[in-house]
Amino acid sequence: MIIQHPDLGPRDSSEFVYKGDAELLFRPKRTENTDQKIFHDYLYLRNNPAGKHCELWYHEYGDRSWLVVTRDTTNHEILKVEHVKDYIKSYKAK
Amino acid sequence: MYRTKTGGLINRKKVLNFSFNGKILKGFEGDTLSSALLGNGIHLVGRSFKYHRPRGIFTSGSEEPSALVQLDEKKFTEPNIRATTVKLFDGLVANSQNHFGSLSWDFMRINDYLSNFLSAGFYYKTFMWPKAFWEKVYEPIIRNAAGLGKLSKEPDPSIYDKGFLHCDLLVIGAGPSGLYSALIAARTGAKVIIVDEDFTLGGSLNGEKLEINGGLCTDWLGTILSELTSFKNVRLMPKTTLYGSFDHGIYGALEIRNYNSRDNLKKPRHILWKIYSKFSVLCTGALERSILFENNDLPGIMLSKSMRHYCNRWGVIPGQHISIYTNNDDGWETAKDLKEAGCNVICIIDQRPDINPPIKNIDYVLGRKIAKAYGNLRISSIKLDNGKIIKTDCLAVSGGFNPNLHLTCHQRGRPKWNELNHCFIPNNPPKNMSVIGAANGIFNYQDIFKDSKIKLTKILQNLGHKKVSIEEVKISNRVYKVSPFPKNIPEGKVWVDLQNDVTVKDIKLAVHEGFHSVELLKRYTTLGMATDQGKNSNVLGLSILSVIKNKPMDEVGTTIFRPPFTPVPIGAFAGRSRGKHFKPFRLTPSHNWAKSNNAVFVEAGNWLRAQWFPLKGEKTWRESVDREVIQTRTNVGICDVTTLGKIDIKGKDAGAFLNFVYANNFGKLPIGKVRYGLMLRDDGIAFDDGTTARFSENHFVMTTTTANAVTVFRHLEFCKQCLNPDWDVHLISTTDHWAQFAVAGPKSRKLLQEICDPKIDISNDKFPFMACGEINVLKGIPARLFRISFSGELAYEIAIPRRYADFFIKEISEIGKKYNLVPYGTEALGVMRIEKGHAAGNELNGQTTANNLGLGKMVSKLNDCIGNTMSEREELNKENTLKLVGFIPTNKNQSLVAGSHFIEKGQTENLENDQGWMSSVAFSPMLKHSIGLGYIIRGNQRYGEKVHAVNPLRKEIIEVEIHSPHFYDPEGELLRG
Repeated sequence: MIIQHPDLGPRDSSEFVYKGDAELLFRPKRTENTDQKIFHDYLYLRNNPAGKHCELWYHEYGDRSWLVVTRDTTNHEILKVEHVKDYIKSYKAK
Repeated sequence: MYRTKTGGLINRKKVLNFSFNGKILKGFEGDTLSSALLGNGIHLVGRSFKYHRPRGIFTSGSEEPSALVQLDEKKFTEPNIRATTVKLFDGLVANSQNHFGSLSWDFMRINDYLSNFLSAGFYYKTFMWPKAFWEKVYEPIIRNAAGLGKLSKEPDPSIYDKGFLHCDLLVIGAGPSGLYSALIAARTGAKVIIVDEDFTLGGSLNGEKLEINGGLCTDWLGTILSELTSFKNVRLMPKTTLYGSFDHGIYGALEIRNYNSRDNLKKPRHILWKIYSKFSVLCTGALERSILFENNDLPGIMLSKSMRHYCNRWGVIPGQHISIYTNNDDGWETAKDLKEAGCNVICIIDQRPDINPPIKNIDYVLGRKIAKAYGNLRISSIKLDNGKIIKTDCLAVSGGFNPNLHLTCHQRGRPKWNELNHCFIPNNPPKNMSVIGAANGIFNYQDIFKDSKIKLTKILQNLGHKKVSIEEVKISNRVYKVSPFPKNIPEGKVWVDLQNDVTVKDIKLAVHEGFHSVELLKRYTTLGMATDQGKNSNVLGLSILSVIKNKPMDEVGTTIFRPPFTPVPIGAFAGRSRGKHFKPFRLTPSHNWAKSNNAVFVEAGNWLRAQWFPLKGEKTWRESVDREVIQTRTNVGICDVTTLGKIDIKGKDAGAFLNFVYANNFGKLPIGKVRYGLMLRDDGIAFDDGTTARFSENHFVMTTTTANAVTVFRHLEFCKQCLNPDWDVHLISTTDHWAQFAVAGPKSRKLLQEICDPKIDISNDKFPFMACGEINVLKGIPARLFRISFSGELAYEIAIPRRYADFFIKEISEIGKKYNLVPYGTEALGVMRIEKGHAAGNELNGQTTANNLGLGKMVSKLNDCIGNTMSEREELNKENTLKLVGFIPTNKNQSLVAGSHFIEKGQTENLENDQGWMSSVAFSPMLKHSIGLGYIIRGNQRYGEKVHAVNPLRKEIIEVEIHSPHFYDPEGELLRG
């Protein structure tokens, strides 16, 4: 696969390390009376769609940036690649 | 008389000697191994997989199912090489495969006479009973009988390499459509790569007698190749098979540089290419299929187009009385060319009753089928369905053509059935791939050139290249009409798949037993498996299935084609990554010094580390390790610990960041101090541990374990960029920039004082336990000093820029002589940490929590940090949870075994009674007996209790006493002293 890095252009997927569902970005904060269930859901309940999926990739053999790659899991088409910061911004705007 | 006097692409002046089954034979430059064999009148080249029937050369291409040979000998040997793909070289040695006794008298032929019992699913049904017989009796016999070639079982002396290429347009196949497409693209200036599996570019043009623009097609081929060669933006790659189509225009290709292994062992034999393309055109043409009749596998029977090419390209006269059997027009082209070359073509049999014979000066039979072929080691005659017998020693068979569309299917593409030409054609090729010519089901040459021009113009325009002019091509017209598959199933021993010995009967049986779908049929009968992947046989098999099930071909469907298109040797995938280079290791900064001090090395993670330093006269490793421990604990020792991960952390929020990533507090760590840190995963399991030092308000230096250096850094980047993107934190790995040495033992301070800048006071008052600071040593080398101790002694770790490391270790060794300084390796390091009860990789195994490690109280209750919430889960904090403790054998002479499981005395050794396991063991030179660390239920409340450490592998039980994990200096007085 080729991932279009927002700063570095097309890069081979072998330069990256895969982490998983981009929902991992939205980790709950522990407060005085945090319900463990929130953490349980965050850690163990992941989306695994056949189709469009936002996922985290780390450019380990490159500039060390964490990216959000929007990929169609049925044909590996990559629809979008963003820096985590930009993804969070547009996610929160929604 | 097996060769024509003239013609073809062979150099009759250049004779090459080769040997087949020990017999010295002659061929010509330009020959393949198969054309050279046929040129010597040899058709019989092997025995079939299951029934050991005699088999001959069936095709002239990479789809060859039968002519598999063992190439070369001894350590150079390679099995299952298709004789049709090997370019003949002087001195080539080949042997036939899969026979017991000689090739012409194979003992295992008996299987053929037993074939009624050896039908599909035979192994599944027969060798089931008695069960114990499978492993000891049946399997060895079957393994011995099955398989084709043999491995040398010696290391392959050849070199294999890998390479990467980029292009605008990748042209797959250098036949007429491929070369024409490449020329159009090349003229626009686009970067073009053309690959073809053949060693001579040209595809079918090399074997056809066609007229192009009024001249010979080979002349046109020469012109086009010389123009292509003149372009700087074109790379021609003959002998290169495109074996797989992957995501986003990435292709895998295997270049066979050389089959002659002995030629030059310093140059790569094969190269595995990864090709990145913007667009690709598939111009792979079509593959011929056979026709079903009894004994259609006999040597001397060959595909019609292949026979024509053997004659035209290699000047081979394949038989003395040649007959042709066809269901389409292409068979007649073979008759024409063979006759022109002077071969004795006795008859052509066309299944179609109502055609106008394209050539008249030949005996022909229309509307008839061959019922059966006769012969033993070679065909001798055929019987038609009207009973007529024709004597013949060579039969060309043409059952129509299948587009060579495999590469369109590597990304889930499924072909569709074409009713006009009775073949599957590409349906949904990958994005950015276009299929041109016969591969797309276009069989008329004139249309192929038109197709190329239209498609290429559009593709190049889309890639942003300007339009260029291209000459039209006028080529001799050839009609292609083929009859549909017959609606009846032939009787007798009729071969569908020559490579796997699958007959029509096997397919009938499989369907009868319920294996209806093509995928199940393939696996039950092995139809279309092994080196040829059914390139000739698949569609034939499907036609039988279609008749049995009375379903159209489209509904029967095909199996999924997957990479590789043709076999790729494992050696090519390995490339240079063999032996030591499979997993290269890194050398520590003191490596050369350690080597000169006689160190024994061990691979630890990505590193090669000194394990111990034997002295003259020491006979066992234990002697060396015990000495290193005792000398460190009584005087002073030094150990290279550079391999620990080192991460520099800076920024206004660095303190908050450490609070977040560690389970214990770091924000309040004073400047000039070090603290032990435990890192959890977010699920509450212990991840890594190490120390972090604070050099200024916003500057920390972290160490990680050697094994987790990479994953911790990745995790910290995640915690920073993904979970706290607004924090001012900057991370950089400095593992390679700082060499670090542990200096441990009662005399360590005295030694360090000698090398330290005299202005720096490292007395216990000024530089107490857990202090850190930036100093300089040996007259000006900048260094960082940490008073931390893994050994439990008064100890330091000193970090210096890596470039000074060799000088530093030599200097300190010299100065250290008067303190009896001893270098110690990873073994002594491990012994001392077990004596102290420090957890390491064996304890932080991804299953254990802070609570298990006895560090539960360290975990922050207030802050939000990675893992603390989930570490509070009820299940992880139960009363009977595992605790890390120490163990000593009741009988001090016994040695403990890591991995042993703990069982209460008097209880049965089973899973229900399992109470935990021993994680680390060592012989303690200080205590003079074996000690161990391990996890056992409620261990911290059970000191003094005796349990059994069970090792079921060796059926060994050792009685052990539960002990505090701190065996040596439990109060920690030494390290504070």
